[in-house]
Amino acid sequence: MARITAGVASSHVPAIGAAIDNKQTEEPYWKRVFSGFEKSKEWMAKAKPDVAIVVYNDHASAFSVEIVPTFALGCAAEFPPADEGWGPRPVPTVQGHPELASHIAQSVILDEFDLTICNKMEVDHGLTVPMNLLFGSPKEWPCPVIPLAVNVVLYPPPTAHRCYMLGKAIRKAIESYPEDLNVVIFGTGGMSHQISGPRAGLINSRFDKAFLDNLSKDPKKLTRISHLEFMREAGAEGIEMVMWLIMRGALDDKVDEVYRFYTVPASNTAVGHIILENKRKAAGKRPAAGKVKRAAARKAIDIRRG
Amino acid sequence: MARKAQDYDDIPGTFVFDAERSREGYGINMFCMSLMKDENRKAFKADEAGYLKKFPLTPAQADAILKRDYNRMLELGGNIYFTAKLGATDGHSFRHLAAVMTGSTQEDYSKMMLDGGRSVEGNRSKSGRDKPAGKTKSKSKTSKSRSKRG
Repeated sequence: MARITAGVASSHVPAIGAAIDNKQTEEPYWKRVFSGFEKSKEWMAKAKPDVAIVVYNDHASAFSVEIVPTFALGCAAEFPPADEGWGPRPVPTVQGHPELASHIAQSVILDEFDLTICNKMEVDHGLTVPMNLLFGSPKEWPCPVIPLAVNVVLYPPPTAHRCYMLGKAIRKAIESYPEDLNVVIFGTGGMSHQISGPRAGLINSRFDKAFLDNLSKDPKKLTRISHLEFMREAGAEGIEMVMWLIMRGALDDKVDEVYRFYTVPASNTAVGHIILENKRKAAGKRPAAGKVKRAAARKAIDIRRG
Repeated sequence: MARKAQDYDDIPGTFVFDAERSREGYGINMFCMSLMKDENRKAFKADEAGYLKKFPLTPAQADAILKRDYNRMLELGGNIYFTAKLGATDGHSFRHLAAVMTGSTQEDYSKMMLDGGRSVEGNRSKSGRDKPAGKTKSKSKTSKSRSKRG
């Protein structure tokens, strides 16, 4: 069966894409940002996913105000980079995985998540920037990608809780797919930023750090964050962080945090990045005695902590 | 009809792009969307007021576009990801527009961002009633960095 082995969250600031495209990654301002992803690229090269699901948002590229789907799943065979007004980014066309994508669509719709299905869609920096950060700039992307575009532009986006639950439904869908596939899921956008209005430039590192901590250890707490709180604390556009909860919902309740990076700023935005791995499972085996003991000990500690 | 009051109207310096603004600003955003095409950018630049007649805009909306009043565009239903296309047509980045909307110089805005951005302290609420979401009260450290920005 297919299985989600890890989740990756990353900001998708357009200026990061521009820095890559204009070969400015070695400039001190940008080096600070890119150096934080060196280890991530090494991790990804070892993780070797067969498929990546990338949760992102479109920025008035594929969708204008004519059609605004809350959740739009890319089921096409390929997704060309969109022309965002300066010509398409010089990145490879994203290859899809139509079979797995349509399987996910069918499964989650019957689980009461009413997705929009996109059989033709262009993808913008929201999707391609995190791919550059994790895969570098290869001639071809190393694995097929299933884009999941979430509306976070027109208020209200889906709630944090709804996103988390969609993640769970996606996980269920993947685990009911017969082929053995190693799937990595990306949540993108964020962290705190506001790029509109007189309050533009807002950054709230304290909120971001608490968000990262809870994403790792106590994601359910994050599902209770209201839209008002996201916008007030993390900026009008910081509400994008709901997308990270789709990724998190698709992982085990308990995960191993293997990497984290945070820096301010990239353009107007706080850049956050985290890699979470599901604990490895020995298929069909009972946990070893030692593991049971450790688990029991952990439980005891949790109880003591109250 | 007056705009219905919303809880998020209490956030200072922020125009939330909600259903009502989206309806009102449809013309602004579709105009901006048209600027994705090079031929349209050229046509707009050649005759700005004439080009705008192709879109359903109120006089106030057309005026805000011609004056490049980005905050007013947001207030009248524009969305930043769309109005940024107008900015790009003028050769400006998101960061440039952000500085314009905050009323600061490009230099001051860049410096504020390098210093860690605009603090949330003092910027949460117009009414001033709201405390930070966490239990901790704001520390003096952050108010210091705020005063530095003036």
